[in-house]
Amino acid sequence: MKNLKKKSHFRINLKSKHLLGIMTMFCVSTIAATFASGVTTEPLKDAAGMIIVPFENSISRIGSWLTDIRDSFQEKQVLILENQSLKEEIDSLTTQNNKLLQDQTELERLKQLYKLDEEYSEYPKVAARIISKDPGNWYDTFTINRGSEDGIRVDNNVIAGKGLVGIVTSVGPHWATVRSIIDDSSNVVAMTVSTSDNCIVTGNLELIDEGKISFGQLYDQEDRVTIGERLVTSNISEKYLEGLFIGYVSEVELESNNLTKQGTLVTPVDFQHLKDVFVITVNKQDVRSVETEGSPDEE
Amino acid sequence: MKSKLVLFGTILVCFLLQCTLLHMISIGSITPNLMLILCVSMGLMRGRKCGMWAGFFSGLLIDLFYGTLFGFYALIYMYCGFFSGYACRNYYDNDIKVPLALTAIADVLYNLAVYALQFLLRGRLGLSTYLMRIILPEVFYTVFIALFVYRVFYYVNYHFMSTTRKESESIWVLK
Repeated sequence: MKNLKKKSHFRINLKSKHLLGIMTMFCVSTIAATFASGVTTEPLKDAAGMIIVPFENSISRIGSWLTDIRDSFQEKQVLILENQSLKEEIDSLTTQNNKLLQDQTELERLKQLYKLDEEYSEYPKVAARIISKDPGNWYDTFTINRGSEDGIRVDNNVIAGKGLVGIVTSVGPHWATVRSIIDDSSNVVAMTVSTSDNCIVTGNLELIDEGKISFGQLYDQEDRVTIGERLVTSNISEKYLEGLFIGYVSEVELESNNLTKQGTLVTPVDFQHLKDVFVITVNKQDVRSVETEGSPDEE
Repeated sequence: MKSKLVLFGTILVCFLLQCTLLHMISIGSITPNLMLILCVSMGLMRGRKCGMWAGFFSGLLIDLFYGTLFGFYALIYMYCGFFSGYACRNYYDNDIKVPLALTAIADVLYNLAVYALQFLLRGRLGLSTYLMRIILPEVFYTVFIALFVYRVFYYVNYHFMSTTRKESESIWVLK
């Protein structure tokens, strides 16, 4: 009884500002620990994920169910208008398709030339659905509903049909966190398709409205890189598989060092309305090690 | 004990809503900051300690799932909750103007802290762009949402949590 009384006294005596000091120390030390010595918080993440992710799954399922219902109640007028515009689109697409068929032969040649024969389709992929996004407005990371039990590992590349979306940064049993390439802290080594010049694609929050990302350090003395040039992930990239499509160049200008160029590019992926993504379950490191094992003479 | 459980449940629900539902109502890719409203209202209604714990745990959840530095958001949210707790003694919590003003101030400080510690240190100098594009829209949207959400938190506080806060408020005992 006496002990209990003492305990309650102790609790009252701990002033809130002292408590704040203790907690501040705790937070600062965890920041320092994760920043400097790379202490991993994976077990904690797994535990939290086990509680949170099922809820997120069900919420996203309810959300898509509601959108389906809303879509089915769309007005007839809207559908008629849509039909009209779609017909127009078919016309334009037919002409475009003819043009693309002509480009096809050129593409074949380019593929051979730059050894981009490893198409996306050759990599094993896992389809996943985005179930939640990061709470703030500063970063662009999201959670998907597939995890290590589906074969996903850290550093797996994520694509969405048309182009590169991002990279897996942490994995739980049934969820994974993905950092998208438009995130302000993301950097990807890219190369131009026609000239194989390397550059670095950096996400930039200041370009968020235009739906663009910036690139820099492109060495191009002869001004061969023009607007519309395609950028793919480079062969020297450490974590991104070679030849994944990133986007089209939309602006190029000389950097202030007068040597390299910078600019912006447009991605074919609609990050605002992204719902389903594909995760490539092969890492660049695996591909490299298989290659070296397969042909040891080439070293 | 019951109020602690309720507080923790509220934090969980807010985190889930923040990550899923609030992205559906975002305007121009700006989502309101529901977690911050929670910390500020808990600080205002229940004092510094409660605001601090609410902030700490909501920040911890964000750190667990989306943080790069473990403990960073916990620290910022904790301070937001703690300092809004100073208003607990000085203002009535049934007046909607106080939580709105507190939310606005806390949101500005929160965003400035994120900018200064995670963007400025990486050499992103365009504060005015970030201010006009991210910070101010978020503040306005958050205050607007707080107009409705605060009433919910107020209801939760007075119906599901113990109302003996004047006694449990250690500031009163000590000073």
